[in-house]
Amino acid sequence: MAFPDSLILSADGTGSHPRFALLRRLLRRPSALCGLVLMAAILAMAVLAHPLYPDDPLDMVAAPFLHPGTDAAFPLGSDMLGRDLAAGIFHGARISLLIGVVAALVSLVIGIGIGALSGYYGGRIDAGLMRLTELFQTIPPFLFSLAIVAILQPSIATITGAIGITAWPGLARLVRAEVLKLRHSELVEASISLGASDARIILLHILPNVLAPIVVSASILVASAILSESSLAFLGLGDPNVVSWGGMVGAGREVIRTDWYVATIPGIAILAAVLALNLLGDGLNDALNRKGQRR
Amino acid sequence: MRRYLRRSLWQIGIVVLGIATINFFLLHLAPGDAAEVMAGESGAATAEYMAALRQQFGIDQPLYLQFLRYVGHLLTLDLGYSFREGMPVAELMRQRLPATLLLMGSSTALAVSLGCVLGFMAARRAGKIADTVISTLALLFYATPVFWVGVMLVMVFSVALDWLPIGGMTSIEAGYRGWALAGDVARHLVLPAVTLGLFYLAIYTRLVRASMLEVYHLDFVRTARAKGVRPWRIATRHVLRNALLPVVTTLGVQLSSILGGAVLVETVFSWPGLGRLAFEALFHRDLALLLGILFCSSLVVVFVNLAVDLIYTLLDPRIELS
Amino acid sequence: MSLLDVKNLSISFATPRGRLAAVRDLSFSLKAGETLALVGESGCGKSLTALALLGLLEPPAVMEGNGIFLEGRNLLTLDEPTLRSLRGSRIAMIFQEPMTALNPVLTVGEQIMEVITEHEGGGRRAARARAVALMEKVRIPDAERRFAEYPHRLSGGLRQRVMIAMALACSPAVLIADEPTTALDVTIQAQILDLIGTLKRENGTAVLFITHDLGLVGQHADRVMVMYAGRVVEERTAADLFADPLHPYTRGLIAARPGLGGSGRRERLMEIPGTVPGLGAMPVGCAFSPRCAFADDLCRSTVPTSIDQAGGRIACHHSEGIHDREPAIRRIGNS
Ligand SMILES: Nc1ncnc2c1ncn2[C@@H]1O[C@H](COP(=O)(O)OP(=O)(O)OP(=O)(O)O)[C@@H](O)[C@H]1O
Ligand SMILES: [Mg+2]
Repeated sequence: MAFPDSLILSADGTGSHPRFALLRRLLRRPSALCGLVLMAAILAMAVLAHPLYPDDPLDMVAAPFLHPGTDAAFPLGSDMLGRDLAAGIFHGARISLLIGVVAALVSLVIGIGIGALSGYYGGRIDAGLMRLTELFQTIPPFLFSLAIVAILQPSIATITGAIGITAWPGLARLVRAEVLKLRHSELVEASISLGASDARIILLHILPNVLAPIVVSASILVASAILSESSLAFLGLGDPNVVSWGGMVGAGREVIRTDWYVATIPGIAILAAVLALNLLGDGLNDALNRKGQRR
Repeated sequence: MRRYLRRSLWQIGIVVLGIATINFFLLHLAPGDAAEVMAGESGAATAEYMAALRQQFGIDQPLYLQFLRYVGHLLTLDLGYSFREGMPVAELMRQRLPATLLLMGSSTALAVSLGCVLGFMAARRAGKIADTVISTLALLFYATPVFWVGVMLVMVFSVALDWLPIGGMTSIEAGYRGWALAGDVARHLVLPAVTLGLFYLAIYTRLVRASMLEVYHLDFVRTARAKGVRPWRIATRHVLRNALLPVVTTLGVQLSSILGGAVLVETVFSWPGLGRLAFEALFHRDLALLLGILFCSSLVVVFVNLAVDLIYTLLDPRIELS
Repeated sequence: MSLLDVKNLSISFATPRGRLAAVRDLSFSLKAGETLALVGESGCGKSLTALALLGLLEPPAVMEGNGIFLEGRNLLTLDEPTLRSLRGSRIAMIFQEPMTALNPVLTVGEQIMEVITEHEGGGRRAARARAVALMEKVRIPDAERRFAEYPHRLSGGLRQRVMIAMALACSPAVLIADEPTTALDVTIQAQILDLIGTLKRENGTAVLFITHDLGLVGQHADRVMVMYAGRVVEERTAADLFADPLHPYTRGLIAARPGLGGSGRRERLMEIPGTVPGLGAMPVGCAFSPRCAFADDLCRSTVPTSIDQAGGRIACHHSEGIHDREPAIRRIGNS
């Protein structure tokens, strides 16, 4: 696969393989490095969830209210129903990442599609699609997801869809602006005069050059999807069959007078995941953005 | 100006129609017919009431007529009837609105004012320790789930330290009046406002900082330096004033997300506002109420954005209403 | 007495790969009522020089030298608050781009007043009256009304007049005009330059007039410094320079200059074959040698020092014998 220029940026002058230039630039920033390490840790938890905790994390396995550190078998303790918090955190990482990534993909597909069509064709199509975008920007996104999930009944699929379908307008505007910039570039004009089809031009010549801002938004989209999912679960709109960090905080909230850790620990997990993705997003933004590099 | 208003009205019309369509669509997605959905699953709806609802919705009529009827109801602000609460949805929302406005107003005020100050400080010391500390904190608050902040604050300030009330808006049993009541509400307001405000504080801090750093690179700042203007005055009069323009725009955009945050915060603190009402509606599957809140929140967003446009033209002399 | 004395000023950029010199060993002095032109192609370091004189260089640019003496005080040794108090009051600057050099959200009147209140204090009312008087002085019609206008409502010419009013508000000893008319129409261009000339004569201000347009220099400058790739290659009186340029680069510039009249639009000085070397790719010897018709091994190995000659200073190994090589120069000039 050809790598688009916007992602290579080997202008370091250090001259090793260009594909690693971006990674090296990321690693040079302490904040981005933190983001990468945190993200790797969360990914590891998601991958290790089944091997380490093969049983359903919603099962009662210990005495209730086992405080963290008191029993080596349950390092993070247990909640009021005797569920292992550590197992919940590990399995929760899987669910959060799954919903976060898929919801972000849904938003990416809608946002890129609408943004690209709107910027490429202009005119009435642009006007119509932008109205639609404005409409979706007007409806409070979280309330909107809430209503959708409430009506359709919570499940992983409905939650993912509800988050994905409300989060795309910002991305659509961004892509539209970038496509507008490229629409009249020499490359695109030349392809048109050579009789290339619109789809070909958009997919092969325009989108690859818009990849840098899309990559940055993608990490932010995953972060906010994870936040939305945990918020829904906190309000009781999580999939009842799987464990969710937000749902764990919601359950722990009932017992904060006596057992602080039940609500605290899963919250830290959410914070870590969202922070990691934002640090990565900021880092990618700096690394991909030549202007940022010069400062 | 007149053209501007006409265009705005046109936009409002489109938004109303769009939201109506979406709501209508959602109602039809739900299992059961619209009347069943609207009546909710409280299980207490009488047969007569269901019949009346079916009549009102025209369930037996073709879909497009049902839709027109629905839009007609919305346009007259007839948002339906909450069977559970025994009250029209519009009336319920009217009762809960002031509490939400108080909460959103105070947290926005907190976020914008403190965010400007912190963003300003960070930008003036860009790259120094103060900047690093402020930026790190902002990022941390930005990444922290609002509901968890609420739970943690309750745990520390209400449960452990017992400084502030755990929830609600007033101490009903105390029966305060006048200033005592205002003081009591203020005490109840602190934690919810801070909880909701912290996230937006982070947003505005980051925004003001980034915006100021960008303005610092513009030509007119160099002109001001060449004129011998003091650094402090350059920062306030030249840089900050221009950097605030995107903040105003963001204020309008953020509103639609702060409404979502209000649901979480009001739920955590039992704050009797629209957000808490939405949660109750959710809990009782009172969809008429939930969709009514969604509809009205969107309308509020439209109007606030119009106001933001007007404010923007006052702040930026280059923009004229067209 | 000279108002401004620059001694061996060098400006460079600190980069990860080491220092990149942009301006080297610049020395000149400027007397009261005199206009000195600094001429050179785009990117040769003119604006950097101007900013350095005001102490406004920003990292990664750094300057060093044996002194910048403004009315006897060495700017290189002053602290930032003192420098600030001199900027705008004793040494002032007009920028190239009037569209972006003014703050869009303040009225032009406020921006002129600001110079007065910052340096001389006093009441707002007095400052306002002076600002209006200044606007009249730079011939802004209807000054009283224009005072409350925002920059975007004014034409480029009027905006540049506002810049001049701002620069002259505290009667500075030295005025730096960095390509003050490049962004303007030709007719407005002449008006603005005449205005600067008139105000200079009235106040005895010394002017450093930066331009890439040799055509403007003849009428508006007393002396000329020609800069190439960060070095002054020739410094003469304007009359001498045009009558008998001695550096090959200057000769090329003058020969390449489009005739006056014609379309009236003067073109950029880009007619000498070859291009200006980049900061990171300076030749070892004379920077002009790759483009010079009679560069020899000496030129390519040794940087020529500046020597006093013909009432001015020239930095060329062959300037003394230049007349013998006249035909060669003509060829370059016409190609
Ligand atoms: N931050 C920087 N880093 C590296 N090089 C720079 C930087 N800023 C400017 N330069 C270089 O310094 C040189 C001098 O720039 P300067 O702005 O003084 O040119 P100039 O003579 O004023 O040209 P113009 O006629 O275009 O205004 C240029 O070659 C430019 O590329
Ligand atoms: Mg310049």
